[in-house]
Amino acid sequence: MKTYKQTFAELKQAALIPFFVIGDPDFDTSLAIVKAAIDAGADILELGIAFSDPIADGPTIQKADIRAIDAGMNIQKAKDFIKKIKAYKDIPIGLLMYYNLIYQYGTEKFFADFAAAGVNSVLIADLSIDDADEVLAPAQKAGLDTVFMVTPNTETERAKRIAEKCTGFIYTVSLLGVTGGRDQLSDMIKPLITRLKSITDVPVCVGFGVSTPKHAVQLAQAGADGVIIGSRIVKIIEDNLNDKKSIPAKVAEFIKEIKKAI
Amino acid sequence: MKDKGRFGQFGGFYVPEVLIPALEEMEEAFYQYYKDDKFVAELNTLYCDYAGRPTPLYYATRFSELVGFKVYIKREDLLHGGAHKVNNCLGQGLLAKYMGKTKLIAETGAGQHGLATSMIGALFGMQTKIFMGAIDVDRQSVNVHKMRLCGAEVISVSGGTRTLKDAINEALRYWTSNISDTFYLFGTVCGPHPYPTIVKHFQTCIGTEARRQCLEKIGRLPDIVTACVGGGSNAIGIFNAFVEDKTVKLIGVEPAGRGIATGKHAAPLSAGRVGILHGTKMYLMQDGDGQILDTESISAGLDYPGVGPEHCLLKDTKRAEYVAVEDEAVLDIFDIFTKCEGILPALESSHSLAWVYSQRNKLPADTVVVVNLSGRGDKDVGIVEKNRPVK
Repeated sequence: MKTYKQTFAELKQAALIPFFVIGDPDFDTSLAIVKAAIDAGADILELGIAFSDPIADGPTIQKADIRAIDAGMNIQKAKDFIKKIKAYKDIPIGLLMYYNLIYQYGTEKFFADFAAAGVNSVLIADLSIDDADEVLAPAQKAGLDTVFMVTPNTETERAKRIAEKCTGFIYTVSLLGVTGGRDQLSDMIKPLITRLKSITDVPVCVGFGVSTPKHAVQLAQAGADGVIIGSRIVKIIEDNLNDKKSIPAKVAEFIKEIKKAI
Repeated sequence: MKDKGRFGQFGGFYVPEVLIPALEEMEEAFYQYYKDDKFVAELNTLYCDYAGRPTPLYYATRFSELVGFKVYIKREDLLHGGAHKVNNCLGQGLLAKYMGKTKLIAETGAGQHGLATSMIGALFGMQTKIFMGAIDVDRQSVNVHKMRLCGAEVISVSGGTRTLKDAINEALRYWTSNISDTFYLFGTVCGPHPYPTIVKHFQTCIGTEARRQCLEKIGRLPDIVTACVGGGSNAIGIFNAFVEDKTVKLIGVEPAGRGIATGKHAAPLSAGRVGILHGTKMYLMQDGDGQILDTESISAGLDYPGVGPEHCLLKDTKRAEYVAVEDEAVLDIFDIFTKCEGILPALESSHSLAWVYSQRNKLPADTVVVVNLSGRGDKDVGIVEKNRPVK
């Protein structure tokens, strides 16, 4: 199974990491979209399992969560989805989700089962390193990499402690706020990348508010090892719900644009 | 953070990283000021002159005759704003002022916490935004109007189930984008640490007064203390002063809505599983996967799928007992109690009165029960009229 380490070592430019909510707008369309994204040049996938109360997400991803849940998405189906993606191509997959779903499944079993399905890491939006103990052992036991978030208001000492606990990459939040497309990159992100680069060798991947090819280029130039684009892509799904068959090609087109720019 | 904010296995601070510095700042400020002489003196003056503390402990003569034992009412309904919420809002509002914050945000269900926050925003000259589920905006329009009169902006939340839980989601999201100048004035003993501890501290005045008043008026401690439990702030506020008095039974009353068996309720202590939502580990109404379930209660203030982590511990250690009463019993008691005493109880507080009524003629005549009447029912007359038209 392809690791983050291999992927970052092979890449000559910043990794392109699209984010999707699994099963948005429905299982089959979602599968077609993600496959199209892979073919268009995604280096790593960041996949979300829909939660009823996503407090770190803006309106675009909230709506995607509701679409997925309404279309019948659940934990078992999410696992099947990942297996199908891995059967299509061996690409690293990071999960990004909320703690309650993992806790209810049973943390140790969740990590084991999803590692077996083919994920490389599980990032929990509402679990900070202060409670990392609850997930580090299960992650290690399952052979998963660990990923935690750093935000622009994270003090450097704390950022160091976070970096020490990340084996996959550091999920670097570009702004103070929730997920969602933005016109401009936050002016906080470049200093944050510089600060992280001075304290750690773990790859720095930037997400939240990354919306355009220009943003991706600016982040790559600032030293980011990966760019994570979520809401902007999810918005393509939202805007084309009346013609679902057209979505994979439209998503692929956007990803190619970003890839080319990087 | 200095503390983990745990109550046994419950509590904690399960939040996105971006909120950690804001919670740390709040924890530090709370520990710095809550025993500070100047802060305490200023808060006590506000409690007394602004809010109307101490509130009376009233012997409900006719209601006592009806149930066959002695019922004392802690009159939090007489406070400014009409509910116990002002206790917490004055405390946190003053803390915000000491921290140099200039803006307040809050979530609200019934609108009582939103109203109390709006009052305190006006009092301290702070810009105030209140997040409220669209359904609650609709069913508590009088409170919405009062908030706006105080100068607050009321933001109607149309996501999710459009009730208290979604108002909290939206307030948390707003806070992550505005943490530098904004203080999130949380309304109950839930949410991430340090909120359960802070809110408990500022609500404990209820229990401290009630305990003293019992000793003065009756010459002994009560046998039973009861309060309604949504998030659980009024209940913790009164329970906390009696927790060490092992002879005093503590009864928390959850909303059973249309009945526990129907699933249409908001009683996680009665029928929930341990889970994580809004930054805390607690009993929670959820499906098998852990998706949060819709709640239902006639009282907007109790319409929440979770419950304060300390209540969860009190339940597990059996120090407190939690029961649930249905909407119909709540509407019954609203009428009975009002006709007995000429006091309109909030539908929230009516839950604890309904439990007391369910015990009529079952307890010895010299039993002393203290009911925390956490709020007044003026805001609910429309709902009561709709369900039980006065003939």
